[in-house]
This record gives sequence, C-alpha cells and structure tokens, in this order.
Amino acid sequence: MSTSTTGDLSLTVHVWCQAGPDQPGEFVTTALTISPDTSFLEMLDCLNEQRMAGGLEPIAFDHDCREGICGMCSLVIDGKPHGPEQETTTCQLHMRTFNDGDDIWVEPFRAKGFPILRDLVVDRGAFDRIQQAGGYVSVNTGSAPDAHAVPVPKPAAEEAFDAAACIGCGACVAACPNASAMLFVAAKVSQFALLPQGAPERDARARSMVEAMDAEGFGNCTNHFECAAACPKAIDVTHIARLNREFLRSSLRPRG
Amino acid sequence: MTTQPNSQLHDHVPGGPLDEKWTRHKFDLKLVNPANRRKFEILVVGTGLAGASAAATLAEMGYSVTSFCVQDSARRAHSIAAQGGINAAKNYKNDGDSVHRLFYDTIKGGDYRAREGNVHRLAEVSRQIIDQCVAQGVPFAREYGGLLDNRSFGGAQVARTFYARGQTGQQLLLGAYGALMRQVGAGRVKLHVRKEMVDLVEVDGVARGIVTRDLTNGQFERWAGHAVLLCTGGYGNVFYLSTNAKASNVTAAWRAHKRGAFFANPCYTQIHPTCIPVHGEFQSKLTLMSESLRNDGRVWVPQDGGDGRLAAEISEGERDYYLERKYPSFGNLVPRDVASRNAKQVCDAGRGVGDTGQAVYLDFRDAIQRDGRDTIQARYGNLFDMYARITGEDPYSVPMRIFPAVHYTMGGLWVDYNLESTVPGLFVLGEANFSDHGANRLGASALMQGLADGYFVVPATIASHLAGRTLPPVDTSHEAFAEAEAASQKRFQALLAVQGSRTVDSFHRELGLICWNKCGMSRNRAGLEEALQSIRSLRAAFWQDVRVLGDARSLNQNLEHAGRVADFMEFGELMVNDALQREESCGGHFREEHQTEENEAQRNDEGFCHVTAWEHRDGDSEQQHTEELAFESVQLSTRSYK
Ligand SMILES: Cc1cc2nc3c(=O)[nH]c(=O)nc-3n(C[C@H](O)[C@H](O)[C@H](O)COP(=O)(O)OP(=O)(O)OC[C@H]3O[C@@H](n4cnc5c(N)ncnc54)[C@H](O)[C@@H]3O)c2cc1C
Ligand code: SF4
Ligand code: FES
Repeated sequence: MSTSTTGDLSLTVHVWCQAGPDQPGEFVTTALTISPDTSFLEMLDCLNEQRMAGGLEPIAFDHDCREGICGMCSLVIDGKPHGPEQETTTCQLHMRTFNDGDDIWVEPFRAKGFPILRDLVVDRGAFDRIQQAGGYVSVNTGSAPDAHAVPVPKPAAEEAFDAAACIGCGACVAACPNASAMLFVAAKVSQFALLPQGAPERDARARSMVEAMDAEGFGNCTNHFECAAACPKAIDVTHIARLNREFLRSSLRPRG
Repeated sequence: MTTQPNSQLHDHVPGGPLDEKWTRHKFDLKLVNPANRRKFEILVVGTGLAGASAAATLAEMGYSVTSFCVQDSARRAHSIAAQGGINAAKNYKNDGDSVHRLFYDTIKGGDYRAREGNVHRLAEVSRQIIDQCVAQGVPFAREYGGLLDNRSFGGAQVARTFYARGQTGQQLLLGAYGALMRQVGAGRVKLHVRKEMVDLVEVDGVARGIVTRDLTNGQFERWAGHAVLLCTGGYGNVFYLSTNAKASNVTAAWRAHKRGAFFANPCYTQIHPTCIPVHGEFQSKLTLMSESLRNDGRVWVPQDGGDGRLAAEISEGERDYYLERKYPSFGNLVPRDVASRNAKQVCDAGRGVGDTGQAVYLDFRDAIQRDGRDTIQARYGNLFDMYARITGEDPYSVPMRIFPAVHYTMGGLWVDYNLESTVPGLFVLGEANFSDHGANRLGASALMQGLADGYFVVPATIASHLAGRTLPPVDTSHEAFAEAEAASQKRFQALLAVQGSRTVDSFHRELGLICWNKCGMSRNRAGLEEALQSIRSLRAAFWQDVRVLGDARSLNQNLEHAGRVADFMEFGELMVNDALQREESCGGHFREEHQTEENEAQRNDEGFCHVTAWEHRDGDSEQQHTEELAFESVQLSTRSYK
C-alpha cells in the first residue's frame, strides 16, 4: 500500500479477527510499511485499505473522536490496554513509539462484562447500566438554584474534576486480573462525593452502583492496581479508597 | 438543480419587544396536560448536548421518550470533544455583561445573518444553563473563594466563558448524559445505541417516525411517535478532514431533507485557525488546539517565500508577524475567519512553513521569556503535551506549526422560532439546525446553543405541535413505514451491489479535497462551478466503482461508511450551489469576488440579508426559498478588527 520512504517502519501486525459473538477467533497477520508520524488507528486504516485491495473484509474496531476524549477506542496492544504509552489512549498513540521490524499484537478488551461483537469491537453497555444505577444528581431541568448559591472550595472542585475526567473506555477492566470495574465506578462516586451537589444521594449512589457492577459480572477488586496503570486519564486509586469508604458508610445506614 | 427564488418562509417569531418575546411566547403556547404527556411518544435522534438534554428533560416532564445514537454509548457523542468553554450572560465578573450584550455580540459575530428573536432567547436562557449544569455536579473551574471562574474567549470583551479545564464539552455532556441515564434507569427513556437513523417517516405530511439500521447486525427497524427531534450534529465531515469525530455525518439531516425539510445556508462553514497541520496521505482527522493559545502565542511566517531554515535561525527582522502587522488593535486575537483566511493567504504566497508549506508558526518564545516556562505550562500544559504527542516536537523549544481546519457548520436544517422544521412535527436542535449563529459562530456558543435548545426551548415549544395539532394514532404497520424501510434496504443493497474497485475512503477523501480546495476558506465562481462538475462526476464514479466488502447482515463498518459518504456526495453539491448563489462575503463564507481593497469580507446587505433555504424536489432538483432577516434592535455595520 504505502511506498516505503526513509524512516518508514516495516512491521508485522497480528490482529484478532472474529466474525461474530459466538464465532471462533484467530490472529491474522499482515506485513505493513508505515510512516512513524501516523497514529496507531491510521496504521489500522492503512492495514484495512491493504486488505480491501486484496478483496478481504476490513477488520472492525471502535473509534470516533481520535483525540483521546470520547472513550470509544479500545484495543489491547502487545498485552497492554491502549498500548505501551502512559496516559495515552489508543487513538493518541503514534507509530513512532514502535521500532522498525517490530511484531505488534492487537486484541480486543477481554472481560466477561464486555462481550465481543466482532473482531476488536466489544459491547460496553454494562457501563451505561452501572451509570443508570446512580451516576447522576437527581435534579430536574429548571429546578436548579443560581449557580453561585453553593460555593465549592477550589481543591474539592479540582479533585472532583480529576475523577470526572474518566472517559468510560473500560481499559481498567481489561487490565484487571479480576476484570473488576472498581476504578470506573470509583471515579463517578468520588466526583459526586466531593461536591455538595452530590451529597443528598451519597449513600444510595455508592450502594446501587456497586450492586449494579456486581450484577454485570465484573470481578472484585483485590488491590492489584493494574487499572490505574492502564488508565489513559490517570484516574488515581485513591478514588477506590474513597468508594470503599462511601460504600461502608452507606452500609452502616438504614436503607431508604 | 433549479435555483429560482421562491416563496418567503415564516419564522413565527412572536411580536412584542425583543426582550419579552420568549416570556410571552411561553405563556401563549398551548400546554400538554401532565397526565396526558405519557401518551405522547417522542423520538429523539442523537445524544449529544442537544439530544441528551432534550430527551432527559422531556422524560422528566412525563413524556414517553425513545432515544438513539450511533456510538456504543450515549456519552460518546461528539459534543464530548469540545474544549474551550460555554458562554453565559451571568455577569459574575461585573464587567458590564448582560443578556443584551451577549445577544449583540452573537448577532455581530454572525455577521448579521442570524435571526434576532432566536438569538435573544439564546442569550436569555444561557444563564439557566449554568445553574442547571452546576446543580448536576459539573465540575466547572472555580476561584479560591469557591465561586465560578470565567475567562474571555473568542474575541469577546467581557469574561463570560465558563469552563472545565480544556474539557468543557466532556463535563457538560456527562452532566446531560447523567440526567439521561437517570431517566433510562427510571424507565421513562428507552435508549438504543449503535442504531443509525436512515430515514424519516411522514404520515399525512407530519413526521411520525423513523427507520433505523442496527449497526451490529444490519437490521432495519421502524419506530413510530408523535414527534421526531433531530439532534444529529454538523456536517463538517463532508470535507473528509475536519476536527469532527469520524462518525459525524449528514445522513439523518439529509434523509429528512429529502423528505421535505428545507436545508438552510449550507455554505456557512467555520474554519478554525489553530489546528495541527496535515502530516501525510494517511491522515484521518485533524486535531484542534484551543484558540486560547492565541492569547500568548504569536503567529508568524518568514518574510520571504521558500525560506527553508529552522525557525530559530530566522532573525526577528526576517519574520512577518502578519496578524499584528495588519490588525494592530486585535493582533493575534482576530476572529476565527479572519485568522484562518490570513493563514491561507500567506501559505498561498509560498511563505508557509514545515514540510508541506501548509502551516504557519504559533510561537511561545516571547511569552516564555516574559512569564517563565512554568506559567506557560500551567496555562497550556495539556495542549502542549497533546501537540508533542502528535507531532513529536517540543513546543517549548520550537514554535508550534498550525493550520486552519474545518470545525463547525453554521448551516443546517431550517427551523422556525419553535425549532420546528418545514416538516410539521420534525424539530431540529443543536448543530444540526441553522438557527442562531448566522454566518459565523463565536467561540463557546455552540455548547450554549445545544443545551439551550435541549433543556429549555424544545421542551416548551413542542407543545405547539402536540397540543396544537390533531395527531391520529399511527403505528409501524402503516404503509409509509413499509415504503421508507424498503427504500432504505434498497439503498444499502445498491451500495453492496456495485462491486467496483475503489474503497469508500478513497471517494470520501477525494470529495473532501474538492470541497476544501473550492468551497473552503475562500471561494470564487469559477472554482465553485468546477467543484459542481467534479462532485457530480465523482458521485457517478462512486456508484459505478465503489467496492463495499462484507454483507448487510452483520457489523459492517465499511457499509456504514459507504452510506454516509453517499449522502455527503449529494449534500456536497447543495453546499457548493449555496456558495455559488450567495454573491457576497460574510462570516465563514468568503467569496473572492466580494472583498474590499484590503482583502476584507464585503457583505451585500441589499441583496443578501436573508437566509437561503433549499427544498428538495423530485428528480434531484433543489428549489431555493428565502427568509428575510429584519433587524429591529441592532444596526448593521461592517465588522472591523483593524
Ligand atoms: C474539537 C471541537 C471543539 C469544540 N469546542 C467547542 C467549545 O469549546 N465551545 C463550544 O461552544 N463549542 C465547541 N465546539 C462545537 C460543539 O462541540 C458542537 O457544535 C456541539 O457539541 C454539537 O452538539 P450536538 O448535540 O448538536 O451534536 P453532537 O454532539 O455531534 O451529537 C450528535 C449525536 O447524533 C447522533 N447521530 C448522528 N447521526 C446519527 C444518525 N444518522 N442516526 C442516529 N444518531 C445519529 C450521534 O450518535 C450523537 O449522539 C467544538 C467542536 C469540536 C469539533
Ligand atoms: S477509570 Fe480510566 S481506564 Fe477506567 S474507564 Fe475511566 S478512563 Fe477508562
Ligand atoms: S477515539 Fe475517542 S478516545 Fe480514542
């Protein structure tokens, strides 16, 4: 496909292909020459163009914004969710991270809670259902007081923001040996626990979101913290500690 | 395409003084009895700021809502990518802001091509938006006293922009998404992800449903309702390379257009001046760098063309800080359209930098010397990191290279004051409509408009339709549904049947290049006429030679893309035609024939102080209509940033 120029990388890319949810899958190998300035997803685009030129169907993968914010891209690259770079989504990863002659292995996020739909595309609908269990503040449109009615200390607002930066990508689940979704749940619970607006529903939120997570088949957190290492948004494990406190607090209070 | 001007369109803006219109209108609107709302089924297509806020609010009010998006989660709509902020006339800074000033700035920024009544309402409800978002737990930036911080943005002389670091869109969308999830959890919204609307269904001339295609298995489904809300975003991807997300498309709007919804001002497209330049032939999208960078960065190119030296080797006297030179009072902070056009002019003159010559420098050397590296890092650290990640260069030591890119589309489906299109019962919200930004949108105003439409406008105005019309029961067995579904099936089958030799992407890239070169930052008659021919031949070639692999009954991203590109091909022609007929330069539409001696845009208020709305006719023809714009509260003047 691409004509090799100096500095281009010659790569052997092994990509997981699977025709449907209940079909067997396998790695498909393609040799590719690519400029180090392209992004990882552009490399996959190129690989797909090359496949199509040969009459082969393109490999399906999720993506949308391609700038690290929508959380749509996924992939386990050489064993790591979102690839080798710290705090970088797959769509922001660039081929200059790799070396000429490299073999690259590309797989979907694998977890019970994320069934494979096709090739590299998984179903992360479980995350939406967990949000439905309490990832919000119950305030109907039009009923809000003036925005300045409740001041929020700057440090609390900043820390809430750090938690709110989660893009819901699911890398934490893919990285966890137990396929736990604790970091994702913790990020949301923590955001609201830190803000006065979230206070009235604190107890119910922690309890129902954790219950929803369990019901979706995600595993328990046994403090490996692989999640935080894989997280492209640097969501800190201290949020898990806060979730545990919130959960404990809620279980000490009467339900209602 | 026929282009004879035709009937006048009615905007249905209520009478009375400008600042009382919305209050009066809300009072005059019919109401739907709360006990009856549950019986009304509202189909909301899109879950961006506009769609998520509308769906959640309507459900809170008691309506029965069904919502759709093409991503795998409602939270991933393209609104998530907005960086800079959201405007609101709160006047928290006590710097003289007011509803009227925000109204005035928006009208002027739009180069006097927007409707006064709508814009004033937008400025009014802007304040409630911030209240609502804060109550939802949106973590806006705050000052040490705990109150909300504001900054000035996009040439505004007051600080009215609320922001959440460089991720304002993300935080606002997560707020609206939370509200939506609450309603889904409560069973009042039924949410369908990975479903693409492929047609609009009308019964007795009223929008009564849609047909969707399930992107996971190719199945077509019919959905009936009492009203349809299109909240499907902008059409910037007609240019292939843009700052829009890859799935952003014109399909829903275009399908509605083909069913009778007029398309207004498609030639109004916004080019953002500070994006990372194209790096090579496989480039798949462009990345925006927040325009806040222009507060400290200085834009320049070498004095002489063909200067191949590194930036550091070019002495001060050999640099041309062309924005500062030409616009001494606004300097690097001129509005987006002016900054973009000037970058193109210097590159066209052979003075561009970088490998391709299609870039200008944005230099922080002086700012770093003046304020120190730490200060600059605190202000722009994440943007600098993003730049370094993409380009492999360190912007602290070498100037950034930037170039304009397609970013936002002011044109969209025509709507009246109620945000209702020319198809009764079809409402259009957010970037998908044409309503509030005229020929140019100001920074931080799209988020405001999307949320205004969804939280506050449509939840009130939809009653005019639901309570004002008799809506007989309709279900999906109606023949109109069968017809729409069959037509959609046929379209997708036709795409698969071509079995040609070229990939979908190659056609999309070619279309994009035609639009960018001939209908981009500046346009002229000869170029536009050429573009029309090129798009028509490309479209013919597409239907003869495209190769779509795979089948229609599985997750097939290639087929998905093909359907969208087919619609972009048709839409591209309309955009070019619109640019051809508008014999003036205004906002994002710059016609080279209409410029002052100093190369500034020259409006033609006698001939073109109107909205152009296109009606699709059988046999691929488009009939032109106009809506005259009457300005009662502002005086039309020439924008000057000298
Ligand atoms: C990089 C970037 C930065 C920006 N920064 C700012 C900023 O700082 N301030 C500002 O005010 N504005 C900004 N904007 C503009 C602003 O973000 C958008 O105009 C706005 O978010 C659009 O919102 P929306 O709800 O209309 O559409 P979108 O958010 O685009 O949502 C569209 C929805 O429609 C769905 N959809 C689309 N087609 C179909 C279909 N056929 N069938 C079913 N569903 C469909 C999608 O799934 C999605 O849910 C920025 C834009 C970009 C690109
Ligand atoms: S916590 Fe991090 S890894 Fe997990 S979903 Fe959020 S952003 Fe992704
Ligand atoms: S594609 Fe949006 S985060 Fe990667």
